[in-house]
This record gives sequence, structure tokens and C-alpha cells, in this order.
Amino acid sequence: MILMNEELDLPGAVNEMPENPAKITIEQLNFFYGAKQVLHDVTLAIKERSITALIGPSGCGKSTFLRTLNRMNDVIDGARTKGRILLDGEDIFSPEIDVVALRRRVGMVFQRPAPFPMSIFDNVAYGARINGLARGAELTALVEHALRQAALWDEVKDVLYQPASALSGGQQQRLCIARVLAVQSEVVLMDEPCSALDPISTASIEELMLRLKQDYTIIIVTHNMQQAARVSDETGFFLNGELIEFAESTRIFTDPRDKRTEDYITGRFG
Amino acid sequence: MTARTASRSWFHWRRRMSNRLMWVIAILATLIALTPLVMVMYYLLQQGLPALKLSFFTQLPKPVGETGGGMANAIVGTLILIGLASAFGLPFGILGGVYLAEFGNNKLGQTIRFAADVLASVPSIVIGILVYGLIVAPMKHFSAFSGGVALGIMMIPTVMRTTDELVRLVPASQREAALSLGASHVKTVFTVVMLAARGGVITGILLAIARIAGETAPLLFTAFGNRFWSVKLGEPIASLPVQIFTYAIAPYDDWHAQAWTGALVLVTLILVLGIVARYATRGRVRIVR
Repeated sequence: MILMNEELDLPGAVNEMPENPAKITIEQLNFFYGAKQVLHDVTLAIKERSITALIGPSGCGKSTFLRTLNRMNDVIDGARTKGRILLDGEDIFSPEIDVVALRRRVGMVFQRPAPFPMSIFDNVAYGARINGLARGAELTALVEHALRQAALWDEVKDVLYQPASALSGGQQQRLCIARVLAVQSEVVLMDEPCSALDPISTASIEELMLRLKQDYTIIIVTHNMQQAARVSDETGFFLNGELIEFAESTRIFTDPRDKRTEDYITGRFG
Repeated sequence: MTARTASRSWFHWRRRMSNRLMWVIAILATLIALTPLVMVMYYLLQQGLPALKLSFFTQLPKPVGETGGGMANAIVGTLILIGLASAFGLPFGILGGVYLAEFGNNKLGQTIRFAADVLASVPSIVIGILVYGLIVAPMKHFSAFSGGVALGIMMIPTVMRTTDELVRLVPASQREAALSLGASHVKTVFTVVMLAARGGVITGILLAIARIAGETAPLLFTAFGNRFWSVKLGEPIASLPVQIFTYAIAPYDDWHAQAWTGALVLVTLILVLGIVARYATRGRVRIVR
């Protein structure tokens, strides 16, 4: 139970040089819903081609944080952001940024799979079509590639033109991932992607994430700490809108530096 | 103890009795409410079936004094009027409903919603008079076109409000998924949201058509009626409701019989639309899940 030990004061563990450059840098991010402040001075750097997990109790602001990264919160009335988010060094809140283009680069997978009421093929092709990325044979190839990347191709290749709603929950969630990959996103945000899935589907999504991180930067919000420990390279712990601790996952889960992190991951609250 | 048990069983008995009583009253009320429908259908079949022959659908009305003939012109006229009304009313109704659902969470939206509800309750004859003043009087003659406009105006509030409600019902997750793939708001609405809401919107359209198909009053001053074959939009055109009205107030028995048959055909037409609407609703439930 006592995880604090003498190693606490040793340098090195915290100040390790990152092997990957930062894909997204978040500086002093504050977020408000009207008068209510949801995020307080969040600062962290997300490494390229890695999986970053965000954990914390319900209502701690981790989903809100995730949704600021592709400006999905813009849709909400009275939402206000202060601070900077740099994607490849470019401020995503700067007026020159096209939100639509930003969302294409930073795709999102939601808690519940939300396939569109159309065929499997059309679901995956949707983003490419509306963004004018590909047509005809090129589009077909793009859809196949995305489905293969999402490890769904073998299961759906014979039913591509059936409605997507006929797929199982786990397949639907992989379809939603394929849909994001098909617009050639660089970053994939996942908001509790497995919370509505059974353990087997969850395992297949986790496996998929580990494969995708070779090409993509993945940020996942999860309530499942085993999942965060299993798949992520780095973990951030949120509490009441503050980022309490952010470090390598192995470190966070074996040697949390903050008492509150320790209490949370050992199940004392949350 | 016995007193308590007795009072408890007394309450128990009273509760059971009031439960039964309300149950019986509810069933009686339902039966009474359904009686007119059954009577209308029974009477329509009884009076309308004898004159229901193939000639009713293929022949034109015969001149006064001759027996036989049909209402082919009125059946086609009603279909043309429905087509015109849809062409006029649906774009305004659907796009207006989309506006209300997607951008109408403000004063203007509330005002439009209120105006639509008022328009829905405006007596249909008033709409007929309005179109008479707007179109018929300047053109100096009755026309199928003006009839279509009058019926189209009547469709707008129904279609607009059902579209509004059903577009709202589309889960936020669908919108967010489309937005997160780089679709603009407008593109999201027309490629995903409308697709998810289509079953319900189609139901709204069919209900609106069923509502106007039997309207007589707005046509009296606009489409007017025609005893001859005409499909010209600039000329007066026959329609089932007006034809039924004309035949029903005439003093001839065989006209009465034909009016009954016309009513039977009209009710069947609306019933079929209702069944199609039901079928479309079932599809919607399956799609949205």
C-alpha cells in the first residue's frame, strides 16, 4: 500500500528525455462552461506515435479536455477556452485555423459507437467523400485500407453494402475507428471507447490501439485503470479539472508521486 | 389485531374495486370514441360499394339526366392537387423544420414555432379566401395551381413541426461523429441528421398529405371544380372532395350514390397513406435504435 519510497527524490525518472517529439503541446489550458470553470491551468505534452491515457473520477474534466483538442466544445453555447494548444507547433485556437480541417486531422471515437444510418462502406467513405479526398476506385481502396487497419476487413468484406447497424457493438466501434482512419487523421481521440463493450471486444480494440500507435498519436479517456496500464505509454490523472500528475504509465501505476493519484489508483475513491 | 386486519382488507377491497371501476370506464370511453369511426366505415361501405365499378375510375361525369359515368377527372385532379401542394409546401416545410431544429433555439425560432402552430389552426376556408385574394383574383380565374398553393400552405405547419421534432430526436452522437470527421454543420445536417430522421419526416409528410387530401373548403375558391377532363394547371380542376360536395347537395339519387362511392375512394386513399406512414415510422424506430 505504501508506494512512496526513497526513490521519490531521485532525479531521472521524471526528467527523462522524450524519444518522440511532442505532437500536441497544451499550455495553461483553462476551460469554462459559462461561469463554471471546468479545467484549471492544464499543461502537458502529448508524444507523437504513442498512447496517452487520461484517468480520473467522473466529472473531473478529462472528457472536456479531450474535446478541446479538436474543438468539439465549440458547439456548446457559453463554452470558453483560455490558454494554448499547439498541434505540430500551430495554435489550434488561432483565427487562421480551419476548424473543419482541424477535426479531420484530429479524429474522435466516442463512448458509444455511432454508426451512421447507411451501409458499412458508406460509413467509412463518409469523411473521405465530404472532404473530397477520394473517388471511385481510389475511394474503394481507401475504404479497404481503413477497414484493414481497423482489423475489421475480414469480418465485413462480404457485407460492405449492408447497413452498419447490423454489426455487433464491438464491430461498430471498430467501424467508427476505421471511419476516422479513412480521413487520414494524425491524432485519434478516444472517449471511453470500450465502456459499452464486452471484454472480448475490448481486448480487440486494445490490440488495435497498440498496432495503430505505430502510425497515429492516440489519446484515450478511460475509467478502466487496468486498461490504461495495459495500453498506454503515458498517463495523466485528472481531479476536479486539474491535471494532478502526468508521467510514464509504468511510473504512475507503480510509483505515483501525488497522494491523490495514489488514492485514486488504489481505489480509495472514484 | 383483528381490527387492523379488517381495516386493511377493507382498503384492499376498495382499492381493487376502484381499480376495476376505472378500468371499465376507460374501456367504455375507448369503445364510445371508436364507434363513430366504425359507423362511418360501415355506412361508407354500405352506401358506396354498389356504385363502385370500374367505370367509376375510368369515366367522366355524365350530363344531368344520364345515369352512369364516373369520377376519373376528380381522382386524377386530387392526385394533381396533392402533387402541386407537395411541390409547394414540402420545401418550405422541410427546410423550415430543419432551420427550427438546428438554428431555432432563440427568439426568432420560438416566434416561428408559434406562428406555425397558429397557421395549423387557421380554418381551412380562410386559407382558401387568402389564396383567392392572392392568386385567383389577380389571375381573374380559378386554377389548379391556386388550389395546390392553398393546400400547400396547409401542409407547411404540419411538415415543419414534425421535421423540427424529429430532427431534434436524432442523437447528438450522430452529429458529433459527423462533425469530428470534418463535416461542416450544414453538411452534417443534410448528410447524416436528415438521413437518420428520414423515416419520421416521411411520416410527417404522409400525415400532412392525408390531412389535405380530404380538404374541401380551400378548394371552393381556388381549384373550384370541373365536370370535364382537365389536367391544365391554369384551368379549374376537379377534385374528389369538391365533387363529393357537389354531388351530395344535388337532388339526384344516382349522384348521391356516386358521392358515397367517391367518399369511399377518398377514405381508402387516406387510409392507404396512413398505413404507409405507419410502415415508415416502424422503419425509423429500427434505424435510430
